[in-house]
Amino acid sequence: MYLYDDIDRQMLADRAQEFRAQCVRRLAGEITEDQFKPLRLMNGLYLQLHAYMLRVAIPYGTLSADQLRALAHVARTYDKGYGHFTTRTNLQLHWIKLRDAPDILDHLAEVGLHAIQTSGNCIRNLTADPYAGAAGDEVDDSRVWAEVIRQWSTFHPEFSYLPRKFKIAVTASPTDRAATRIYDIGLRLYRDADGELAFEVGVGGGLGRLPYIGAVIRERLPVRHLLSYLQAILRVYNLHGRRDNIHKARIKVLVAGLGPEEFSRQVEAEWEASDKAAVDLPHAELARIRAGFMPMGFEALPAASRRFEAAKADSRALARFARHNLAPHKQPGYAIVHVSLKAIGETPGDCSADQMDLVADLADRYSHGEIRVAYEQNLILPHVKLDDVPEVYAALDAAGLATPNIALISDIIACPGLDYCALANARAIPVAQDIARRFADPEVAERIGELKIKISGCINACGHHHVGHIGILGVDKKGEEYYQLSLGGSGEGDASIAQILGPAVPAARVAPFIDDLVGVYLAERRDGERFLDTVRRTGLAPFKAAAYADAH
Amino acid sequence: MPMLINWRAGAATVARDGFVTLADDAPLTDGDIILSWPRFQAEGEALIAQGRKVGVRLASSESAEILAPVLDGLSLVALEFPKFRDGRAYSSARLLRERMGWGGELRAVGDVLVEQAYLMIRCGFDAFEPADASTPADWTAAAARFAHVYQRAADHRAPAFAERQGA
Repeated sequence: MYLYDDIDRQMLADRAQEFRAQCVRRLAGEITEDQFKPLRLMNGLYLQLHAYMLRVAIPYGTLSADQLRALAHVARTYDKGYGHFTTRTNLQLHWIKLRDAPDILDHLAEVGLHAIQTSGNCIRNLTADPYAGAAGDEVDDSRVWAEVIRQWSTFHPEFSYLPRKFKIAVTASPTDRAATRIYDIGLRLYRDADGELAFEVGVGGGLGRLPYIGAVIRERLPVRHLLSYLQAILRVYNLHGRRDNIHKARIKVLVAGLGPEEFSRQVEAEWEASDKAAVDLPHAELARIRAGFMPMGFEALPAASRRFEAAKADSRALARFARHNLAPHKQPGYAIVHVSLKAIGETPGDCSADQMDLVADLADRYSHGEIRVAYEQNLILPHVKLDDVPEVYAALDAAGLATPNIALISDIIACPGLDYCALANARAIPVAQDIARRFADPEVAERIGELKIKISGCINACGHHHVGHIGILGVDKKGEEYYQLSLGGSGEGDASIAQILGPAVPAARVAPFIDDLVGVYLAERRDGERFLDTVRRTGLAPFKAAAYADAH
Repeated sequence: MPMLINWRAGAATVARDGFVTLADDAPLTDGDIILSWPRFQAEGEALIAQGRKVGVRLASSESAEILAPVLDGLSLVALEFPKFRDGRAYSSARLLRERMGWGGELRAVGDVLVEQAYLMIRCGFDAFEPADASTPADWTAAAARFAHVYQRAADHRAPAFAERQGA
């Protein structure tokens, strides 16, 4: 992976020093909380229901083993011994003391980590394909472009006070594993008819109160013009996005208001008028960044591992893990291994310091020292030899990290909800735990197959409920927590917004309700259909009829 | 009257403000003046013809491009930050400096805070009316916080990628 050079490290050190001075002034009472608030938010430090929360950026979801160990150290030393991986592949520490924040940032800066632009109306942390560099179907390593954008967008003088926050995702594979269609800008890299790399540029996706799938405003952007084109999009948005209403300030509202054609025309006009050469990265710099992501010494191995096959034949548990938590690697004899942070009954996305250390050690020993964070709130060891999978599985299993449930019904996305978050209307975590417990039997989960449940504790949709096969939204009904269910959403290549099923139900009814929906699916499904496919084919009617049968 | 800070050659200093900003309904005064865009359209050319220095103060909702036909006659452009969170003037400043060739004084007015000094200077502002009682020393320090920058802007600092190629 790309290692920060002296310049990158100096940027982090300068930033940490600036924040230390601001914290000292606040703790000494020289500035008020009101004056301090925008400064701390610039460094990812939020004040939540019970304590400060620090959101650490994990750029494009890539971590080195040393970085993960540093996160473990911070979680153990300054927090309650765990952290929470989010749907934006960041790590949130929920029990931070203000006086510790500068030391934490110093400690993170030593390993090239930071909390820059994890809050505020700026360009946030980048998202890329969690399989980048390991996926057989990619045309390029999407992290190269994510790192290009990370540098360009860091402390951008023009785009630090946009109308609203701004999120960019990059994928370089026909299978969209980065949910690019629900991003403010979704960049999809492909090879054109001449074999040249180009981007399809989508703009104006987003969830929240007004869910939108992004519109394509340019079908073919030569990769060398990426940054000048991004500048044009951001400039049009910065000048014309709404600032009078926080709920209408995202770029999706501007794009929808103008229409994608007119928005595209304005961007193209701005782009044509701009000095592209001043913005676009010189070839040598692109090559330097690319070198940081060059594949490192894979061994030439047979496609199948006799050792692994024998171990699977001996262990049904390992065989099940292999069916659900492994993905094919581009290099024969290797696999992409998912580390599930969705153990039954635990908080989705939570990871203890000890678990972080263990995953870091496994990465060093078996995965070229690399870890990925997936937006589904799981970790990934991207480069594991099939020969080594039995050992990796055993170590993960002993630490509660090998639940064989990736993309199954208990692999639930949930935001922190009312257990932590000041914005939430309802809790999300206990609902996820309830559902997972109800479908704890791995045979049952496997029979149901792919089913993505996504839970948000409020309309801001951090839990992506709009794009869940089953989406669950917490609402407040006269002081009581209720949950509104919707069906048929997807955040992937076949992106769609889920449709509301019917009236919200109280917390205790959610898991039984899901049971009813699964029952309908199992009765209705045709060969090979996922839950999502069945919903799309039948519509909501049979699901509605069964789930609300009691109400009539 | 707020203090005026000038930014010249990498340092902030207190400057004497030779301009008076006239409200739209205020009677005309002697000397050099700053007008809103609507008032400038009504009276500006005549005042310039009298030999006065005249500046225009743009609201954040007004596009910098509207100044193109009159830019040659102006002595100053002021861009307003109604709230520090309203970042439109950063884009307007860059357009004036980098596309429209404005070489005269570019002044930040309104909710102008030293925490944004770094951004404003990078976008081409060279004069500030701070709203937070910050001093020129504060501005000089804030502008120098980062030893490197990652992108080209109106201040012509060499970005990291150029430094790396030179190294």
